[in-house]
Amino acid sequence: MITLSHYIVLGAILFCISVAGIFINRKNVIVLLMAIELMLLAVNTNFVAFSRFLGDVSGQVFVFFILTVAAAESAIGLAILVVLFRNRATINVAEIDSMKG
Amino acid sequence: MSFELILFYLFATVLVLAALAVISVKNSVHAALFLVLTFFTSAALWLLLQAEFLAIALVLVYVGAVMVLFLFVVMMLDIKSEPLREGFIRYLPVGIIVALAMLAEMIGLIGVRTMAITAPADPGGASNTAWLGNALFSQFLLPFEIAAVILTVALVAAIMLTLRRRVGTRHQNPAEQVAVKASDRVRIVKMTSVTKGASAP
Repeated sequence: MITLSHYIVLGAILFCISVAGIFINRKNVIVLLMAIELMLLAVNTNFVAFSRFLGDVSGQVFVFFILTVAAAESAIGLAILVVLFRNRATINVAEIDSMKG
Repeated sequence: MSFELILFYLFATVLVLAALAVISVKNSVHAALFLVLTFFTSAALWLLLQAEFLAIALVLVYVGAVMVLFLFVVMMLDIKSEPLREGFIRYLPVGIIVALAMLAEMIGLIGVRTMAITAPADPGGASNTAWLGNALFSQFLLPFEIAAVILTVALVAAIMLTLRRRVGTRHQNPAEQVAVKASDRVRIVKMTSVTKGASAP
């Protein structure tokens, strides 16, 4: 029988994989955006699992809104990426230092 | 072991392997394709949780739209992948250590034994979509409208960010076209009329 802890542990594993992805791909903006999408997926899996096991619809409604905002976020992120590439001809995070931050 | 549990372990294995491939493959296009596999497997897991509407929405929105956008951008940009990978080996041990420490902490905090509850039978009745829709259009109506506004703002912002006006190209200016007056188009010139009959006797 599948229990709630199965899904929560799966979500935790997925979240940790994406955190490791952010650490090891710190030069490549595209893979960083993909790792963020993976993180949101892990959180969504937790929401859906709690919604199912507690019998409450609010979790699934929240996942619906997270999907909406994540789609908007990735669209704007990719647009910024395209403009950045057009202006600097690179997407390497290490070379984007014109603000001296 | 029930059939459901076997399916869960199958999908979970594919999900974890695909997620590992997303963060470790060299080519960004392959990473995007593995991310598609991750979303697809996750949709199957959500189907196991009886969240049919969200599973289908995940496939339609993410696999159908967001990942196509990712692939478009990855293929449109001319990226040399060697300089982007140079810190990979250096940061690999740090990444693995942080991930494993976080995982141990999370599993310790969750308390696997205490969360070992089983699902109630069909909380929302027969249709998951009707259950979700009833909540969405009564209790969560204002957030739903705000989500629509957010999507519109994102659309406008993405277009305005990538809009490029080159100098030297010929294009129409709709604002000037609308604001034109009749006097700009036609000039009426007053002149004295000359008739043939006037000079003839």
